[in-house]
Amino acid sequence: MTSLTVEKPPPAEPEAPTRTKNTLAKRLVPWGYLSPTVVLIVLLMVVPIIMVISYSFRDNVIVQENSVFAGFANYTEVLTDPDFLAALKNTFIFITVSMVAHLLLGLGFAMMLNSGMLSGVTKAIFRVVYVLPWLFTIAVIAVIWRLLLDPSGVVNYVLQTLGVISDGVNWLGDPGSALWVVTFVNIWSGYPFFMISLLAGLQGIPGELYEAASVDGANPWQKFWNVTIPQLRPVIISMAVLDLIWTSQQFALIWMMTGGGPLNSTEMLSTFTYKLAFSEYEFATASASAVVVLLLTMILAFFYVRQQRER
Amino acid sequence: MAIRKASRTRLIGALTAATVALALGACGGGDSDDVASDGTVTLEFAQWWAPELPAGSFDKIINEFQTANPTIKVKLLSGPYASTKQQLVTGAASKTLPDVVGLDGAWVNDFAKQGAIADLTELMGDANYDASQLASQIQLEGKTYMIPVVNFVYPLFVNQDLLTKAGVDKVPSTRTEFADAAKKITATGGNVKGWALPLDTAVPNGIQNDVMSWLWASGGSMLADGKPALTTPQVKSVVEYVKSLNDAGVIAEGSLTMKEQDKVEKFTTGQVGMMIDSLAHINLVKENAPDLKFAIAPVPAEDGFTGKRGIPYASWGIGVANSSKHKAEAFKLVQFLMDAKANAELATLANGFPGNKTAKPDFSKSDPMFEEAFKIYQEGFPANEFVGLPKSEDLMRSFDEQLQLVLTGKSSVDDALSKSQDSWSSVIE
Repeated sequence: MTSLTVEKPPPAEPEAPTRTKNTLAKRLVPWGYLSPTVVLIVLLMVVPIIMVISYSFRDNVIVQENSVFAGFANYTEVLTDPDFLAALKNTFIFITVSMVAHLLLGLGFAMMLNSGMLSGVTKAIFRVVYVLPWLFTIAVIAVIWRLLLDPSGVVNYVLQTLGVISDGVNWLGDPGSALWVVTFVNIWSGYPFFMISLLAGLQGIPGELYEAASVDGANPWQKFWNVTIPQLRPVIISMAVLDLIWTSQQFALIWMMTGGGPLNSTEMLSTFTYKLAFSEYEFATASASAVVVLLLTMILAFFYVRQQRER
Repeated sequence: MAIRKASRTRLIGALTAATVALALGACGGGDSDDVASDGTVTLEFAQWWAPELPAGSFDKIINEFQTANPTIKVKLLSGPYASTKQQLVTGAASKTLPDVVGLDGAWVNDFAKQGAIADLTELMGDANYDASQLASQIQLEGKTYMIPVVNFVYPLFVNQDLLTKAGVDKVPSTRTEFADAAKKITATGGNVKGWALPLDTAVPNGIQNDVMSWLWASGGSMLADGKPALTTPQVKSVVEYVKSLNDAGVIAEGSLTMKEQDKVEKFTTGQVGMMIDSLAHINLVKENAPDLKFAIAPVPAEDGFTGKRGIPYASWGIGVANSSKHKAEAFKLVQFLMDAKANAELATLANGFPGNKTAKPDFSKSDPMFEEAFKIYQEGFPANEFVGLPKSEDLMRSFDEQLQLVLTGKSSVDDALSKSQDSWSSVIE
C-alpha cells in the first residue's frame, strides 16, 4: 500500500494588492516606452509653442526684462497691418497655385512613367530627369534660379534668341512678375514629391479595374476619370493638404530669391514674421503673427487628420 | 514569467532613468562648468571672422593669446556672418551669449538696451586699460559697448578698361563726373551699365553702403542731434541724384532685388563699370577676374565740395557678454586683440585697417591697392551713421522700400523722405 503525501500548500498571499501592483505596472509599461518621445515632444514642441503663445499676449518680450501683459493688442496690430494682409494674400496665391501646379505636373509625369507605352529604359531616364529638382537643396535652387533669371541671364538670352521677347525682362526685380516667378521656382522644386507619391498610388491600382472598364466600353478619358482619379483620391487629398501646409511655411526660397521684395510683392507670412522678429526685434508682434500662421495651418492639419481617419 | 517580469521592470526603470537624465540634461545644458579643476577658465568667443580669414590663421592668433595666458582657454564659435547674427540675437534674448562676441556696429544699440552686452568702459577701468590707443569706440550714453577691431572701408571701384573704352580719361571725383562716366559707359552697349545699386530688402545694407555713402562723402548727415534728419536738402539731393541715374538708365537692371554679391559679380564680369564696395573684395575680384584692370577712389562728392570726405566703413567689432561669469578674462582677450602687434597682424590678414591707432598693418605682401586705400582712409574720415542706431537694419529697410517707390515712379522724393522720416522717428526716440 502506498501512501501519498500531499504537502500543505503555503498560505496564499493576499490577492488584492498584487493585482493592483500588476495592473499599475501594466499601465505604466506603455508610458515607460513612450517616455523618451513624450519628453522630447514636450521639450522641443509643446514648450516652445506655449512660450510663443504667451509672448504673443505680452509687450516688449525678450528685449526687456519686465514685459507687461498686453491682451490682444499684438493680434490687433498684426491683423490690421497692411503689410500682414498683403503677405496673407501673397501666401494664399503662392500656396494654392503651387499646390495645383504640383498636382497637375506630378500626376501628368506619374501617368507618363506608369504608362505601358514607354520602354523600361526610357522610363528610367525620365524618372531620373523628373526627380532631379527634388535633389537640390533650397539654397542651391535659389542661387541657380537667381542666376538664370538675371536680366542678363540665360532665360532672357534664350527667350530673346527665340524671338519671344525683344528686351530683357527683369523677372525678379519687377513687382508685377516677382510673385509669379518665385511661385514657378517653387513649383519646379516641389513637383517630384507629388510625382513619386502619385506614381506609387498608380502602381497600386489593380489592373482588373481597367479591364472591367474596357469591357464596359470606357474610353481612356472615362477610365482616367472613373477609375484612376477615384482610386488616387486619398493620396491626392493627403498630398494636397500636406503641400498647402509645407508651402505655407516656405521661407528659405523667398528669403534667398527676393527677400520679400520688390516693394513687398513677394512678402509671405514667413518672411513678414521673420522681419518682425530679427530685424525689428518686435518679438511679441512676431509671436502674434506666428500664432496666426499656426492657427491657419492647424485648420489645414485638421482636414488632413480628418481625411486620414476616414481612410 | 518572473524573469520576463523582472526584465520588464528593469527596462521601464532604464527608460525612465534615461528620460529623467534627458530632461535634466536639456534643462541644465546652459550651466556647464567652464572652470577646470586647475583653475583654467574657458571662454567662448562667437564671431564670423575665422571663416573670412585664411584657414587656420585666426586659430594661430588665439593660440598666441592662450600661450600668453595659460589659465585661459578660448573656444571659438565660428560661423558665417548671417548665422552668427541670428545666434547672437537669440543668445542676447535668452541671456546666453558667449563670453566674448564679435559685433557689427548695427547690432550694438539693441544688444546694449537688452542688457546683453557689458559696459566696456567699466572693464577698461578695472584693467587700467589705456583707451587712447583705440581708433574708435562705439558708445551709448557715454558708455562703450563695442570696440572696432578691424575696419573695412567702402571706396569706389572703377573698371579702367570700360572707362577707357567709354572715352573717360579720369576717375570720377564729383557727382557730375560720375553721372557723365556712367552714361558714357552705358552708351558702350552690350548690356553694360555704369553703376550697380543693390537694393534687396532681405539684407538692406545697400542703403548704408551704396546710397548714404554719397551723403557722407559730401560731409552730409542723416541725423541732427542724434535724431533723424531725412528731409534736409543734403539727403534730398542724394535721393534725387540716385533717381536721376536711374532715370538715365545707367543703373544695372534688377537693382530692386540685387544683393551685394550680385553687385560684385557684375563688376567682376565687366557688366558694370563702377560700384561702391568693401575693400575686402579686392582679392575676390582679382581671383575671379585676374585680367580685370580696375582702380579704387574716394566716393564722389557734390560738385565744389572741398571738405574732408566721409568714407563708409564696416567693422569687426568686439564686445563682452553681460552674462559672462569671466568678464575680466574676457576683457584680457579683447585687450590682446587690440594690442598693436596682434591688431596689426589681424588687420593684415583681413585686408582691413586696424582698430588700434598705433598698429601698423603690413602691406608689403598685399596688393598695392590696400596701401592706396589706406591713404584714402587717412585723408578722409570713417563715416557710418547707422552704427549705434537702434534697429538699424530695419531703418535701412524702411528707407529702402521708400527709395524703391521713388525709383519705380510710385512716390515722389519728398513723400518718400517724409515717410522715412516718420518711420525713423518712431524708432529713434
